[in-house]
Amino acid sequence: MAATIASFKVDYFQFLDAEGRLVDGVQVPALARDVKQLVGLYRLMTLTRVFDKKAVALQRTGKLGTYASCLGHEAAHVAIGSAMRDEDCFAPMYREYAAQFYRGVKMSDVLMYWGGDERGNDFSGPKHDFPWCVPIATQCLHAAGAAMAYKLHGQPRVAVTVVGDGGSSKGDFLEAINAASAWKLPLVLVIVNNQWAISVPRGKQNTARTLAQKGIAGGLPSIQVDGNDLIASRWAMDKAIAAAREGRGASVIEMVTYRLSDHTTADDARRYREQDEVDSAWKNEPLLRLRKYLVDQGAWDQVKEEELLAECAERVQGAVDEYLDRVNNDPQPIDAMFDYMFKNLPHHLEEQREIARRFPAKGGSH
Amino acid sequence: MAEITLVEAVTLALAHEMEQDPTVVVFGEDVGVNGGVFRATAGLQQKFGDERVIDTPLAEVMIAGMAVGMAAQGMKPVVEAQFEGFMYPMVDHVVNHAARLRHRTRGRMSCPAVFRAPWGGGIHAPEHHSDSNEATWAHFPGVRTVIPSSPSRAYGLLLAAIRDPDPVVFLEPKRIYRWQREEVVDDGEELPLDVCFVLRDGTDVTLVTWGAMVKETMEAAVALEKEGVSAEVIDVATVAPIDMETILESVEKTGRCVIVHEAPKHCGVGAEIAAGLADSGIFHLKSPIKRVTGYDTIMPLYRSEMNYMPSAERIVHAAKETLEYS
Repeated sequence: MAATIASFKVDYFQFLDAEGRLVDGVQVPALARDVKQLVGLYRLMTLTRVFDKKAVALQRTGKLGTYASCLGHEAAHVAIGSAMRDEDCFAPMYREYAAQFYRGVKMSDVLMYWGGDERGNDFSGPKHDFPWCVPIATQCLHAAGAAMAYKLHGQPRVAVTVVGDGGSSKGDFLEAINAASAWKLPLVLVIVNNQWAISVPRGKQNTARTLAQKGIAGGLPSIQVDGNDLIASRWAMDKAIAAAREGRGASVIEMVTYRLSDHTTADDARRYREQDEVDSAWKNEPLLRLRKYLVDQGAWDQVKEEELLAECAERVQGAVDEYLDRVNNDPQPIDAMFDYMFKNLPHHLEEQREIARRFPAKGGSH
Repeated sequence: MAEITLVEAVTLALAHEMEQDPTVVVFGEDVGVNGGVFRATAGLQQKFGDERVIDTPLAEVMIAGMAVGMAAQGMKPVVEAQFEGFMYPMVDHVVNHAARLRHRTRGRMSCPAVFRAPWGGGIHAPEHHSDSNEATWAHFPGVRTVIPSSPSRAYGLLLAAIRDPDPVVFLEPKRIYRWQREEVVDDGEELPLDVCFVLRDGTDVTLVTWGAMVKETMEAAVALEKEGVSAEVIDVATVAPIDMETILESVEKTGRCVIVHEAPKHCGVGAEIAAGLADSGIFHLKSPIKRVTGYDTIMPLYRSEMNYMPSAERIVHAAKETLEYS
């Protein structure tokens, strides 16, 4: 008779449902009752949404290059950023702005980056955080390497990385899981599953019931949470980060959310997905449900909402002004292209720098 | 002072640097208990422990990707790929991340890792084990590519590569890993990167090469001398960036140049050197520049590999061709 030598299950967690009500019969984390903290996190989610809308508008009016929207991911991203300490290391992909804002990256830094200016990558957040990572899933291994460094140095620091549902198909993601398992690394791998890898839907990535189970295959504790539920997402992050910090190794969290926007401003999702699906996803989006919950708790109302939106608009405009002022009035010198290639510049690059100085391009563009 | 081989010089440099810099870690498959497939890391794990000499799962992408993360967070990983043919999966991380991190972040971060591999043909290895892929690395901005050709240069250049604040691909000519013994003083003295070494003075023709081909090129120079031809031999050592000044200086003197490498000719590093000479040294040339290289074919299996690789005879022939022009 065949014996079962391994079996597994993937638990799913949701504490705040799409209607903004705590899920019945479930023991909710303390954060659900900490209305003051929730208001703070809601404010960041809202700021991020206002920022995102403005960034897309800037691109449409020719003031920003291609931009990757984070619309719909706000709860997942705020949960990730707010669960981390400064000394931890964040290895993002390219749309986790809310997590980075929480860590001190400025909105103008994000605009600089997508506006085609490398100074955006020299951002105001922790100096050891990795810059945006455009090749898919490579950041998972950089985070694993960072986690390895902290482990070898005996530092209680944690590396956190984010990958998409598409990125979970890449070897780098699986190799990071393998490494984290082999060395028990202080690493948290978050799959922000937004259902679409540009035009390829989740169902075409693979037929596994969850993406979290890829972590189980590598031997890591792995769960799935409602990524539009800030409380569940943050609770999962807290738990995984604590385990990593205490030397109990890495975890995988699949946060199930939805990409409400196009993949980037260069994409048009109407070509490949049904409007009904998008309309239905809007009913499940993260800000709406948290706002309803906060209103029910007496911690939020229409006046506060309007004040917040006005404040966010003003802050975002300030960031836009800062960005435009810098790229227009304080452009990167030509030398910058050469000066950061190596710490010790080889002779041939000195020669090429002289040529570049002699023939500066007229004007700038994005 | 014992005379040691090139591969022993690699071990000596690693041990020296691990001793004096606690952030240096050796990272790769089989580097620990086994001491590497060529024994380049032999004894290091016993000496420094398994947190400094780390046996990894067999996953080249992982090895390179984690090295980027480790280097960016204050460590000095010296990565070993077992053979250069297994470095290709590493290209993504070296090119897209290691080579760019300083530039992308305006100097906020850097990636001072070393990516080592035994390199080149001539040891009767299986398929995929014998390519000379230095041009692959040399093309990409932001990474240095260094190839030693003797025990003392392996020692000095590897020390410099580890100490360099930027990523270095360090290719070790495995055919001459144990060919030559040389006295190497373990004094921690590095040799400069980005410069060529003039191995032999001459006046009639300049022979430019690197890595294991130094052996055949020196043999060719001796053969030419017997026929009354004085050949200068230059070991390029750092194939990216190339020290064209030393090569130009030599060609100014000799007026003739033969470039020798075992990698394919097309888009090889030899083409870059020839272009550099055409650019800045053409009026000193008395004859066309010759390249003696591997063929633009797949490196054959070992029964035929020596037919592929340049021989001293081919080098002598090419040098004589340049001498036909007065």
